[in-house]
Amino acid sequence: MIQQERMIVVRQSEIAHHIFELTLQGKIVQDMNPGQFVHIRVSDSFEPLLRRPISIANINKEANEATVIYRAEGRGTQILSQKQVGDEVDVLGPLGNGFPVEAAPEGGTALLVGGGIGVPPLYELSQALNARGIRTIHVFGFATEDVCFYEDEFSTLGDTHFVTVDGTKGTKGFVTDLLDELKPEFDVFYACGPLPMLRALEGFYPEKKGYLSFEERMGCGIGACFACICKTTDQTEKDYVKVCSDGPVFPKGVVEL
Amino acid sequence: MSRLSIQLPGLDLKNPIMPASGCFGFGKEFGNLYDLSKLGAIMIKATTVETRLGNPTPRVAETAAGMLNAIGLQNPGLEKVMNSELPYLERFDVPIIANVAGTTTEDYVEVSEKISTAPNVKALELNISCPNVKHGGITFGTDPVIARELVEAVKKVSKVPVYVKLSPNVTDIVEIAKAVEAGGADGITMINTLVGMRLDERTGKPVIANGTGGLSGPAVKPVAIRMVYEVYKAVNIPIIGMGGVTNAQDVIDFMSAGASAVAVGTANFVDPFVCPNIIEELPAKLEKLGVKRINEIIGRSHL
Ligand SMILES: Cc1cc2nc3c(=O)[nH]c(=O)nc-3n(C[C@H](O)[C@H](O)[C@H](O)COP(=O)(O)OP(=O)(O)OC[C@H]3O[C@@H](n4cnc5c(N)ncnc54)[C@H](O)[C@@H]3O)c2cc1C
Ligand SMILES: Cc1cc2nc3c(=O)[nH]c(=O)nc-3n(C[C@H](O)[C@H](O)[C@H](O)COP(=O)(O)O)c2cc1C
Ligand code: FES
Repeated sequence: MIQQERMIVVRQSEIAHHIFELTLQGKIVQDMNPGQFVHIRVSDSFEPLLRRPISIANINKEANEATVIYRAEGRGTQILSQKQVGDEVDVLGPLGNGFPVEAAPEGGTALLVGGGIGVPPLYELSQALNARGIRTIHVFGFATEDVCFYEDEFSTLGDTHFVTVDGTKGTKGFVTDLLDELKPEFDVFYACGPLPMLRALEGFYPEKKGYLSFEERMGCGIGACFACICKTTDQTEKDYVKVCSDGPVFPKGVVEL
Repeated sequence: MSRLSIQLPGLDLKNPIMPASGCFGFGKEFGNLYDLSKLGAIMIKATTVETRLGNPTPRVAETAAGMLNAIGLQNPGLEKVMNSELPYLERFDVPIIANVAGTTTEDYVEVSEKISTAPNVKALELNISCPNVKHGGITFGTDPVIARELVEAVKKVSKVPVYVKLSPNVTDIVEIAKAVEAGGADGITMINTLVGMRLDERTGKPVIANGTGGLSGPAVKPVAIRMVYEVYKAVNIPIIGMGGVTNAQDVIDFMSAGASAVAVGTANFVDPFVCPNIIEELPAKLEKLGVKRINEIIGRSHL
């Protein structure tokens, strides 16, 4: 169920250049699933006015804690990065439909492909998959070495490969270059990242099941304002989907890329 | 008579608070969050004859204390709205105001005639002011003669009172208000969004795919208040005011300027519970002002 809650900051730190890891405590954690997001109001004033959609990167139901990882770039996320332990943060969530963990066959292998700030939701997904006995392979692309994060965390869950645009970490290039080189064996893939990456992946494994997580500018975040529309392909019966309430995760082939 | 109730043509309002068109969809999403029967009324998303897919994205951009939108009247079309959206809202004890849009007079007439027969639609709101539709909408709202003729045509077919939503993107809003009153409008709703533009810092190009968008949120409130104030002086039909309302004080301000009820738009995105919260805050505000019933403050700026 979607709820609004003033969650409490339990931890916040800069884990890479301008990349923050923020852990919040509150009861809405109980309803969270991998791939869902929260809509965060960073200030009680009108500046900035709109909430910021951020994916859920880690869910700890025992402790009622959820972690998000975000890039502090614009004015909203910069204000968020100033929050101190004990501060309250106005959170609406959990929102959207997450990754279908059950789409991976028992004893199978899942390929997780992420780009930049699209990587965070794949962390909770990887844990959920591993908990079901599914092997995970992680292939992540970043711009440069100084914005890479969570190498150790992902490495304990499965094979983890990095690629950077400038070659400062791992192979030089894009995730698709690395995938060409690695030729991983897997049953299903899950991806989250910039549109060009999703576009490249869409046709990359034509015979495999795949799920893509999308980003779009949002207003309400709950499906009421029609801000976050994506056109669908003719493989579907719908004319459009809303990223916030129908997504953000869609099976490949649904959204026109 | 409860303290917050308001009577308007076609509308028996428990309180003067209603979500504004386009900021509440067709109610379902908010219906999962709270009991919609708490609301005075609901203004549903603009409905057109056929399905509209709207504009390309990005459709929204944040601005100082506000936002721009260019949704482009996206809606499932008259038939679906009547068969699946409106029936959902029947479970709540709340009057619906149907926002009607189109490109030709015939479009408005067709939607108005049919949608006004829905059992829970108690009033129409003619959207002659949407800034996000190329030709069509906007001309109706900026030309007093055309606006009046449109109202006359719709009045002939509507089974419920007709309110007309005015555009702030005109030189003289009073002239349009008088014209729609002369055309037989039962009420006025105002204001729609102000046409604006935001540029991308890097490229210098508009952020919104449509180029321009409609400005809403706290930033527009002073403009809206001024316009309600002017129109109240010039017409004898009731006004539903809106533009930047986020709290009970804003409601008091709009009603003081002359609004009989108040719609809340953008604030629903910031706080989805804003409407019930305002309704809860209002009695204490009235207490402070020493006012028994909320209708006593309507137009008090002009006394
Ligand atoms: C479903 C979803 C999940 C996301 N998950 C993450 C995440 O886990 N980590 C992370 O760092 N970022 C994530 N993003 C992107 C994040 O929402 C934006 O980076 C953030 O809103 C930018 O806010 P700002 O204050 O830094 O920028 P500003 O420039 O001040 O933002 C201005 C406006 O544009 C919107 N906006 C700007 N960039 C984006 C964008 N890329 N996507 C959507 N809206 C945007 C803002 O929300 C705000 O309304 C996600 C986006 C979506 C839609
Ligand atoms: C995302 C969005 C969609 C809107 N869609 C409509 C619409 O379909 N019809 C309409 O008459 N007004 C529409 N409006 C205008 C609002 O109903 C309202 O007049 C305006 O936003 C000012 O109020 P606010 O500042 O409280 O948002 C829309 C506004 C927003 C922000
Ligand atoms: S953000 Fe409002 S419908 Fe998706």
